[in-house]
Amino acid sequence: MTADGVRTFLRGLGQTLITLGVVVLLFCAYEVYFTNVYTNNQQHQARDEIQSQWAQPAPTPSGRPGTKPSATTPASAPPAMGKGFALIWMPRIGMVNGKAKVVFEGVDHEDLKRGPGHYPGTALPGEVGNMVISGHRTTYGAPFNRIDELRDGDAIVLETRDTWFTYRMVRQQIVKPTTVEVTYPVPGNRDATPTKKLLTLTTCNPKYSAKQRLVVTAELQSALPKSAGNPPALSGQGA
Amino acid sequence: MYGWLWRTFPGGILGKLLCSLLLAAAAVVVLFLFVFPRVEAQLPFQDVTVNGPGASAPPSPAAG
Repeated sequence: MTADGVRTFLRGLGQTLITLGVVVLLFCAYEVYFTNVYTNNQQHQARDEIQSQWAQPAPTPSGRPGTKPSATTPASAPPAMGKGFALIWMPRIGMVNGKAKVVFEGVDHEDLKRGPGHYPGTALPGEVGNMVISGHRTTYGAPFNRIDELRDGDAIVLETRDTWFTYRMVRQQIVKPTTVEVTYPVPGNRDATPTKKLLTLTTCNPKYSAKQRLVVTAELQSALPKSAGNPPALSGQGA
Repeated sequence: MYGWLWRTFPGGILGKLLCSLLLAAAAVVVLFLFVFPRVEAQLPFQDVTVNGPGASAPPSPAAG
């Protein structure tokens, strides 16, 4: 190989390596910045949509015209896949008012990019059983970034069309990614009949890793009609 | 490669600069919209759900 050949080769190699370095930096920018921008946009849209829906009179259940759903009964029909159907508030970690997140139905990659996702088939707000919601710990708005800071008794509030569902944390654990037992209607016991009204949040742990899952379990404390104002857990938040 | 691109772009300094910027912008768009979303799906910190092999619990892909 001539000296010129070596020079051309080295120059090409250098440029390639520099290009790769720039691409990696761009990827970091994409993850820590662009994904959040995307999620914030999606959340804004979904929030506008859900609030304009809630401002309309409730759709009457099909086949039973005139029946008025009671404010404190759980919604019976599951939300459509990919639809936002509730807002999640966590006062301890500052997720209140404009920072409350829209919860979507579904836990596909695409659903979770938009915000916390509800496992289809698990309980709905206020229902007996176990309502399971997953969310990103990092990137894509990182809704569950700080749920490790929740303490026993801390409020996790779900806002639906008519009702504030206040759950209180009862347990926080770190489990293996395969520990599906935490999502059972009675966590840990697949065949048991549920009697409690539970809410389970899952996210990854530690941050930027998939080694484990951080699981927060909470139990329903109260279901109050929104017409009666903020629930005690959110008093002073000025919703 | 960059040298060759620079020599290939038409016009004077301004034309070449404009072409460079356009090409760089196009590369960023392709990376952000098509390449990075696929790469990130392979990365571990997207996994926030629990699921096990053959589990009957809520069906869900690991990605998320």
